[in-house]
Amino acid sequence: MSDYIDHEYMVEVNNLKKYFDIPLGFFRTAKLKAVDDVSFFIRKGETLGLVGESGCGKTTVGRTLLQLYHPTGGQILFNGKELHTKEEIQAFRMKAAMVFQDPYSSLNPRMTVGDIIGEPLDVHHLYKTPEERQARIRELMELVGLSSEHATRYAHEFSGGQRQRIGIGRALAVNPELIVCDEPVSALDVSIQAQIINMFEDLQKKLGLTYLFIAHDILIVRHISDRIAVMYLGKIVETAESEEICDRPLHPYTQSLMSAVPSRDPETSRKSQRIILEGDVPSPLHVPSGCPFRTRCPKAFARCTEEVPLLREVAPNHFASCHLLEPKQE
Amino acid sequence: MSLLEVNSLKTSFLVRTGEVKAVDGVSFTLEKGKVLGIVGESGSGKSVTAYSILQILSHPGKIIGGSIKLNDEELVGANPSFIQKIRGNKVSIIFQDPMTCLNPVFTIGNQLMEAILLHTSRNKKEARERALEMIRLVGINDPEKRLKQYPHELSGGMRQRIMIAMALACEPDVLIADEPTTALDVTIQAQILELMKKLQKELGMAIIMVTHDLGVIVQMCDEVIVMYAGRICEKGTVDEIFYEPKHEYTKGLIRSIPYGSKKESRLIPISGSPVDVLNLPKGCAFAPRCDKAMKICLEQKCELVSLNQTHSSSCWLNIADLIDKGQIAPDESIVPEDKEGGTANV
Amino acid sequence: MVNDMNENNRQEHKHFLSPFTFHIKADSFIPATEDERRQQILMRESTSFWKDGFRRLKRNKVAMTCIFVLSFLILAVLFVPIFWPYSYDDQLGVTRGQPVDASYNNLHPFEYGETELELIESGERVFPHIFGTDSLGRDYFIRVVFGARVSLSVGLFASILVLIIGTIYGSVSGYVGGKLDLVMMRIVDMIYALPDMLVIILLSVVLNRVFEDRLAGTVFAALGANMISIFIVFALLYWVGMARLIRGQILSLKEQDFVLAAKSIGASHARIIRKHLLPNCISVIIISTALQIPSAIFTESFLSFLGLGVSAPMPSLGSLANSALAGVYSYTYRLVIPAIIICLIVLSLNLLGDGLRDAFDPKLKA
Repeated sequence: MSDYIDHEYMVEVNNLKKYFDIPLGFFRTAKLKAVDDVSFFIRKGETLGLVGESGCGKTTVGRTLLQLYHPTGGQILFNGKELHTKEEIQAFRMKAAMVFQDPYSSLNPRMTVGDIIGEPLDVHHLYKTPEERQARIRELMELVGLSSEHATRYAHEFSGGQRQRIGIGRALAVNPELIVCDEPVSALDVSIQAQIINMFEDLQKKLGLTYLFIAHDILIVRHISDRIAVMYLGKIVETAESEEICDRPLHPYTQSLMSAVPSRDPETSRKSQRIILEGDVPSPLHVPSGCPFRTRCPKAFARCTEEVPLLREVAPNHFASCHLLEPKQE
Repeated sequence: MSLLEVNSLKTSFLVRTGEVKAVDGVSFTLEKGKVLGIVGESGSGKSVTAYSILQILSHPGKIIGGSIKLNDEELVGANPSFIQKIRGNKVSIIFQDPMTCLNPVFTIGNQLMEAILLHTSRNKKEARERALEMIRLVGINDPEKRLKQYPHELSGGMRQRIMIAMALACEPDVLIADEPTTALDVTIQAQILELMKKLQKELGMAIIMVTHDLGVIVQMCDEVIVMYAGRICEKGTVDEIFYEPKHEYTKGLIRSIPYGSKKESRLIPISGSPVDVLNLPKGCAFAPRCDKAMKICLEQKCELVSLNQTHSSSCWLNIADLIDKGQIAPDESIVPEDKEGGTANV
Repeated sequence: MVNDMNENNRQEHKHFLSPFTFHIKADSFIPATEDERRQQILMRESTSFWKDGFRRLKRNKVAMTCIFVLSFLILAVLFVPIFWPYSYDDQLGVTRGQPVDASYNNLHPFEYGETELELIESGERVFPHIFGTDSLGRDYFIRVVFGARVSLSVGLFASILVLIIGTIYGSVSGYVGGKLDLVMMRIVDMIYALPDMLVIILLSVVLNRVFEDRLAGTVFAALGANMISIFIVFALLYWVGMARLIRGQILSLKEQDFVLAAKSIGASHARIIRKHLLPNCISVIIISTALQIPSAIFTESFLSFLGLGVSAPMPSLGSLANSALAGVYSYTYRLVIPAIIICLIVLSLNLLGDGLRDAFDPKLKA
């Protein structure tokens, strides 16, 4: 217990690698480098936003962090400790939970809402009597803004936003310290997104939660996160405080990503100059040599082809991996 | 005469549990060379409105009233072969998911040329030329090679470009874009929107942009229709909608957009859940979620009230406003003068 | 003048774009209370998977007819033997210590044996032989009832065996995946490739021999070695279809987020299969079991017809048909009756299976 308390970082990830074998036919496989040498940390009680386009590996990072995938390489420290044995992982599952993107497929259609929220309690035997279980389920439902009378209904009777609340209720059942939110609002309507985001913020304040918030919508990530990490093709290209990274992005990819977000204000939209990137994201099966972004980078030069840029501190607490941002060598 | 005139369009889905009024009295006009945005949440009827124009509704869906006039020709109740001629030729559509709209067993060239051969009098060679020209137009390099490729060999952004090329191959007057960038990444979305804007200027067509994303609306559109539960809440220019929203739903929608960080502000959501289309309330569909709802909002639906030349809104609060200003006297009935609409009389 | 007024009014109220009537009452424009607003939101009536399915099933006339026919048959099979005065193995012309009364053999429907006729003449009432008797003087009606009982229970138990084996095998194969799945599915392929009738015939001959001695004195003796071997044959051969079906379902279900959610909670594999995967296969399981029963009944009848089924004197619909063949010209109805019963059972189970599929898995409907 005592060695937990002093630890500044709840999660520390060092050089995490996760490769998948993609079968190409009989006996032939290709390596898909979903996550390639990623390091980051999350402080206690903060929200780290993880942003990137589809296929950049952000979901894989979240799932590997939660021990749903076995990492190919690297190290994941939770409260300063690595998890090895089955018992350690089972204990970890009571400290970390996940909220999923799709409120439709993430809830078992044959289970009642009460059973869905109560499942973590069943799995970890967190109650002594059935009444205790019922009481806890009711408490959780009210915590996420659902009427506890609806515990006997099935998930398909609820709207998308309410289903997402059920999913959050399930995540909170074990009193976790860390919640990995994998695109929790991107399947919801705009007017509902704000409700859920507010609830995430309220729960964080109330329960002292730590979030890894994975999303592709920069406006939302900016609103909820303390710090943001931007991923591109399995690598983190830039990480900084959320305002810093949104207002002063340094990596060319982050710059174009920020400018590609359409403004919600007609006046600024008319004035703004967009950096439109050429081409598509390369397949993660054929990551370009050197800097993964060089094929689309408007500023790429010879060195980008040869050398992988390292993530380094380019401004106070602002890390980026780009050769252009390196201090000039005399 | 406007290019496209939609008048009190009603489209319903007749299902076992009753009639789902997906579109309930929607009217708008589209001028040549303009971009009209239709924005709304899931179930608001925005896509059904678009599909009604081309009459490509899925099974139990049926247009049950109203009129759609393209270049002054009535489309509702028209001969199916006439509609067939309009589709892809005068009015084309692009969908959210380009993969499901391209046939996986034919090459891109095959499908592009088929669209051209079907609607124009070009021969095969000319059609091929046109196909190459279209691929170049939508900014895809190496068009010869692309003609021989299959849809699965292309990326999502590329496929959407092909869909646009296909839709524009016959130089339609109206392009309907149903959530064209929702399935794409932000950087690819920026590319596609830029391309659509460029092509719209070059070819001078009108676009109906159906989306849930206010950012896309801001970037693309001249005029906006905000829909909720099959009815128009508000209609106006982009500036009017974003700077002077008059309907409570529009206001809520714009308020709920996240900006800045949580340190600066909390988000202001719209309370409640989206409307259940099978269980529409008696009055204004938005009233149960509206903080300013009045007694009349729960009793009766409000019709569109024009506030100026371009701006109109269907909110009882506007009428309460007009009463306050003395433009409508209280305790009087407003009855319709004629069935054609346009004006109402006291 | 009036026109002018109208014109003015029109100018003033050009706000309204479409025909519209409302009566302005000042008290309509006061804010509504929270409660009033909440009353407008109605939650749909709660429906569960079962409720929904049965509601659809009830509207299916064909399926409901089948259910009626089947329940009639099942009730008859269960309760008729209780009050029926004759038994399936009772040779009516045979009384211990007396010569065989041949007048009871091969009676036509509603005919009576000699002693029975005497009884009737003396004013007593004798229960009629509705279908007559067979060549050994046994009441044919009760034999048909027993035959149907045997056929139905063979169908039911064989299907349950298939269900259990197929579900376990299929879900393990689909859930574990990878190399194990590959090996397990190749085994399935091999069993699939065997000509099933040949195997059934061989197996039942061999098993019959094996079981004949061992069964004596146990509860299974009543069933007969043949019945046991039919069950074993079914268990060994017919689960493969079910296993494939379940595996396919599990393969697609295990990619769903709710399975990942259960894993992230820390649920064990057994729990995931039991609580998350199988309940979602339930429609497929019900439907294919319902369709499995008639095929089992058919196979059993077929085997009994060939003389490999239940052992005498226990009748089954197939063996009744077989023994009717001997006198088919004089006693055609003895072949027709069991044939009709088989058809009724098989047809209504098949149609019921279709109805269940439409009701519980509307997506599968072609």
